Amino acid sequence: MKPTDTANPDYFHQVVDCQWACPAHTDVPGYIRLIAQGRFDDAYMLNRKSNVFPAILGRVCDRPCEPACRRSRVEDKPVAICRLKRVAADNRGDIMDRLPTAPAKKNGKRVACIGAGCASLAVANDLIPLGYEIVMYEALDKPGGLMRTNIPAFRLPVDVLDEEINMILDMGVDLRLNTPVESMAALLEENYDAVFVGSGAPKGKNLEIPGRYDDEDHVHIGINWLESVAFGHIDSIGEKVLIIGVGNTAMDCCRTSLRLGAKDVKVMARKPRDFFKASDWELEDAEEENVEIVVNRQPKAFVIENGKLAGMTFDVMEYDVDKKGRITDTRMTGEEFFPADDVVLAIGQENAFPWVERDLGIEFDKWDVPVVDRTTHESTRKGVFFGGDAAFGPENIIWAVEHAHQSAISIHKHCLGEDVNNRLPDGMNLVSTKMGMHEWSYSNDYDPQERNIVPHVDLATRFRELDIEVELGFSAEQAAEEVERCLNCDIQTVFTEKLCIECDACIDICPVNCLTITQNGSEEHLRMRLNAPAENLEQGLYVSAELPQTARVMVKDEDLCVHCGLCAERCPTGPGICRNLACCIPTCLTRQSPTPRRKCASLGPEQRRKEQNKHRRVQVDRFLTGF
Amino acid sequence: MSYIRKPRIIHRGLARNDLGLTVRDYEGGMSTLCAGCGHDSVTGALVQAAFELSIPPHQMAKLSGIGCSSKTPAYFLQQSHGFNSVHGRMPSVATGANAVNGDLYYVGVSGDGDTLSIGLGQFMHAVRRNVNMLYLIENNGVYGLTKGQFSASADVGSRAKKGEENIQPPIDPCQTVIAQGGSFVARSFSGDKEQLVPLIKAGLAHRGFALIDIISPCVTFNDHEGSTKSYQFTRDHYHPAIHADYVPPSEEILAEYEEGAAMPVILHDGSTIVLRKADAAYDPTNRAKSLAMLQESQASAEIMTGVLYIDESKPEMHEVYQTTDDPLLDIDYGRLCPGSDKLAALQERFR
Repeated sequence: MKPTDTANPDYFHQVVDCQWACPAHTDVPGYIRLIAQGRFDDAYMLNRKSNVFPAILGRVCDRPCEPACRRSRVEDKPVAICRLKRVAADNRGDIMDRLPTAPAKKNGKRVACIGAGCASLAVANDLIPLGYEIVMYEALDKPGGLMRTNIPAFRLPVDVLDEEINMILDMGVDLRLNTPVESMAALLEENYDAVFVGSGAPKGKNLEIPGRYDDEDHVHIGINWLESVAFGHIDSIGEKVLIIGVGNTAMDCCRTSLRLGAKDVKVMARKPRDFFKASDWELEDAEEENVEIVVNRQPKAFVIENGKLAGMTFDVMEYDVDKKGRITDTRMTGEEFFPADDVVLAIGQENAFPWVERDLGIEFDKWDVPVVDRTTHESTRKGVFFGGDAAFGPENIIWAVEHAHQSAISIHKHCLGEDVNNRLPDGMNLVSTKMGMHEWSYSNDYDPQERNIVPHVDLATRFRELDIEVELGFSAEQAAEEVERCLNCDIQTVFTEKLCIECDACIDICPVNCLTITQNGSEEHLRMRLNAPAENLEQGLYVSAELPQTARVMVKDEDLCVHCGLCAERCPTGPGICRNLACCIPTCLTRQSPTPRRKCASLGPEQRRKEQNKHRRVQVDRFLTGF
Repeated sequence: MSYIRKPRIIHRGLARNDLGLTVRDYEGGMSTLCAGCGHDSVTGALVQAAFELSIPPHQMAKLSGIGCSSKTPAYFLQQSHGFNSVHGRMPSVATGANAVNGDLYYVGVSGDGDTLSIGLGQFMHAVRRNVNMLYLIENNGVYGLTKGQFSASADVGSRAKKGEENIQPPIDPCQTVIAQGGSFVARSFSGDKEQLVPLIKAGLAHRGFALIDIISPCVTFNDHEGSTKSYQFTRDHYHPAIHADYVPPSEEILAEYEEGAAMPVILHDGSTIVLRKADAAYDPTNRAKSLAMLQESQASAEIMTGVLYIDESKPEMHEVYQTTDDPLLDIDYGRLCPGSDKLAALQERFR
């Protein structure tokens, strides 16, 4: 194999699996270390820089980072990354003076944001400090979008939501509540410099089966029903409730039903458990509240007696599943009736744009969704951008935030008259973590602690009010334990080949056998020859240049490294090979810096100059966060 | 040395041996030797060899004297027996231990000072008795623990860190042991585990005294230019003359070897070492030729490695003395200590 090109920022960034998996590239190991040091304000601000809503996401994020977490390659369960985010938010002090502000002198550009949900708010958060004037249109009488209407208060308290929304609105957003945009054409006539559509996916899917419209008062569309509950228009439900669908919205619907007086709530799933769309933790939380999940039942008809809903009939399904977990055959083996006073349909949602005229140059594809560029978020009409669920259909808050960051870059470029496709590359900064003989700037010892469980309000208490937050958050002791579970994957091993004397010290000491010195070969061959076979093909091999004495190569299997730093401690040639990686993900506030201050220190001066020309460096503007 | 202990994590892909143990189960305490010390690599090779042979850790006894090398037994097979003896006296302790319990694997770890200076007399007598043990010399040519003076194995012309030249001729443990009639003599290098691990396995399987002289560079006092025991010098003058492939008793020899260049030697326990010779004419069972080859290579400053001499037929200590095969531990107390009447009768015979 050829020596690995570690000057490419993507190489080391990919090794930080949590950060790589996070759509907004939150610096997870970085903020976990800050929490460990008790620097909650700094941890909160570091989070806010990437994900804008740390307190909200610390409760309701879909956590793409956790399945990626390397801790689950050592133990069963990943680090509780999401709930540690909440620890930072819960324990922070007053950070108001560290928040971005609008400059006194505006830049004269006006941007319309449609919808006041997470995507539009995050766009405003990025653009206002640059002097933009943001006009935000919202159909409802409160901002927050899906975060307010679809996420029940027992998971996300209203005051937490309001606080983080206000951090953005207080910079000076022209928020127009109760003002649905009914015509895109009319809006475009107002001559905004750019339009951002962050109107979400507000249309809940319907279930067109017999009896659907015979008792409409007792058959509800999930997201609309949750919205009515959130705004206090609905405050009760029948004793027996059936929830159709088994996604995260279904989990919110069944748990909300219990708080509105339902006694017997069943979630009806068409397929077996392995095919559920809901996140594992949301399923667990619902089952903890004694919600019954019934599998293999396909809705057939609503049963109406005397004009009133009596229940539903279902086909009983049977599936053949192959070894890879795919369904190969489906059979109906019978029919079953389940009584119900109310039925809530939670089978998905979609974006809908009846208010966008089709002759404006905004193209729609054959499924009637707008054609949006995956990178720039620009529609086929220049200056009109889509983000959040409105862009590519329902995803989640953290994706909406990332869409917003990218859209803000595009909007800024559009307003400057630049090409929206000419975007800054990602950058990186490698800094030595060695502080002394056996001292590292991070906690390098491995803690065999298992994942902590967030304490919940007891079952008897939590149903008394609709808005009692079920999760209490980690205690100080739990947080202190949980932060030590992080394996500090942003600490990178950097080989300094020319100094290596091939004494094998690093190889012998590695507790997970991830290092090997061996003859070079093809990747396939090398993977089998390492000290522990590198079977996780998704993780790269870091291959050094030829070593000076024997022309062998040093190989690191990136699959599992616990960053104990022992290889560097045992290295007799001095420089220490563990360095902290700071990924520089550009936002619209990022300026390109022609002369990098620090560069991968393992490079020689000539090589360094070459790399500088090859990879234009990126310097994140620091005034926003104070870092 | 390092401050934290090596974390106890078992990699999913880590192999298990016949006893169901992983290589990590054969490790010992945290090394306090210098970073980059060759001795730590020897430790790594011992751990690997014991793991591959599926030796039950409690079936091994580790013995040492004094010196950097003699700290090594603390760093492997934590669950084995161990004895850290007086300087240079480890061979006698090993002889005594072996006399009362021949069932254990005995591994003596010593250095060039402990073996060739203060302990030379003890060492030669263990060779002479052909005590059934594996004797490792971690040979770095200096007294590391007393800050780098030349040892008895330093080559003429080798320079110390501050520049002075060694003028006294070295004692070559391999030549000395062959001359004394040792039954297994090998040389290796801490930086070549591919060679060292099979050698250790063969040495453990060999019945009788097995010597492996391991060039194990002192990274602090003898790894500079001008030293003849540095990593760089050793690699530049390194000649793996006779490779040893260890084949356990239960396995067939599957690899194909070139005619004449490979020589299988069946060891006492039924295992085989296949000696792959760089020079087909070389016969490692011929004492005179082995000695001649070593003297030639010494004169040309080349380091010949591999199994240099082997004699599987030589009886080991218990056979010579016709002592009991059973460890004294397992012998019934009444038989082991027949009482004062029997002693008096025995003494009567000599009056």
